[in-house]
Amino acid sequence: MIYEVFRQERKGQAFAHAGSVEAPNEEFAEWYAREEFGRRGESVALWVVPREAVHEIDEFVDELGRNYHRVDGYPLKEKLKQARERAGTSADRRS
Amino acid sequence: MSAREDEFLEYVQSGGQVETTDWMPDDYRAKLIKFIEMHGNSELMGVLPEREWILRAPTLQRKLALTAKVQDEVGHSQLIYRVVSDLGKPREHCLDDLISGKSKFHNVFHYPTKTWGDVGVIAWLVDAAAIISQKALLKCSYAPYARIMKKICWEESFHILHGRDVILTMMNGTDAQRELVQEALDRWWGPLMQFHGNPIPAEDDPMYIWRIKSQGNGEARQQFLDGYVPQIWELGLTVSDPKLRKNDDGVWEFSEPDWDELKHVVTGHGPKTEERLGLRRTTRGETEWVRRVVLPEAA
Ligand SMILES: [Fe+2]
Ligand SMILES: [Fe+2]
Repeated sequence: MIYEVFRQERKGQAFAHAGSVEAPNEEFAEWYAREEFGRRGESVALWVVPREAVHEIDEFVDELGRNYHRVDGYPLKEKLKQARERAGTSADRRS
Repeated sequence: MSAREDEFLEYVQSGGQVETTDWMPDDYRAKLIKFIEMHGNSELMGVLPEREWILRAPTLQRKLALTAKVQDEVGHSQLIYRVVSDLGKPREHCLDDLISGKSKFHNVFHYPTKTWGDVGVIAWLVDAAAIISQKALLKCSYAPYARIMKKICWEESFHILHGRDVILTMMNGTDAQRELVQEALDRWWGPLMQFHGNPIPAEDDPMYIWRIKSQGNGEARQQFLDGYVPQIWELGLTVSDPKLRKNDDGVWEFSEPDWDELKHVVTGHGPKTEERLGLRRTTRGETEWVRRVVLPEAA
């Protein structure tokens, strides 16, 4: 069995993938993970997860073009320029 | 090469990284397995010369530090064999090929350790040479390998610390101790200069073409000399190569390393190759029952 190991470097930080261990069961997996990823005080906590339990999603299709979810849905630069021109304040600014 | 392979090559050459589940050309996969497996083998075989010194280390603190280093290196081989397994070659097969002599390991681990001075030189300079190669692997096109390299490099820096401490202690000691260090350095200089391999241009090196490695062998050697020769000299130690000097353009000059020796040694004819592989064979036989009990699928 392959177990994926995630480690937290300091309290409050996100867990990040550290690597994997091969073990016959959970108990061994936990001990291997401890030895591999916690021995030198480099982690304050570990998550040990069977590989099958991890579901990867790597396709993000945006069929409806919902750009209001993203930064590129808000093109402020051009609008700001226009608004400044209208207000007559664009000359005061250096950029 | 197919159009898809061309596209892949262009992708990795422009800095793209590949995950285990991504499509990859068979040749790329084969090169990865060969390269990474040899690294795993080297970590595992590299502990044998040091293991011989655990009981003979001069103080309890040194025995513990050396044991910790050995544990680190075995841990590195575990991590690395996991990466190889995910590429399609299980650890058990790697171990079979290692003990049968089919696969290789680094030249420096085929040599004897005569004195405690050798242990210091190994931890300081062999690990330093290794960390230069490993740091260049942080940019490896195969992302899972690049990621574990971060942890490995971090632990390697401990080993260099430990090695330097051993060397400095001896250099501050008696004349006999200082001589021990100089002798060990003389013994290891040849193998150290061979360590990074033949100076084939990076562009002709398949491992560089696929961006498994990010630098050529010659570059790595220059980096090693630049980083460590001044550190050697400042302790009053000498390097046995009369041609060794740094040119005004910053490039190091040195006598041509003995490439025939390198080839002879890594193909399984080093002074300690047979003995160390024999020890691996014995312990693998002796621990077979453990694997049978613990890993049913491995038996
Ligand atoms: Fe290592
Ligand atoms: Fe090391």
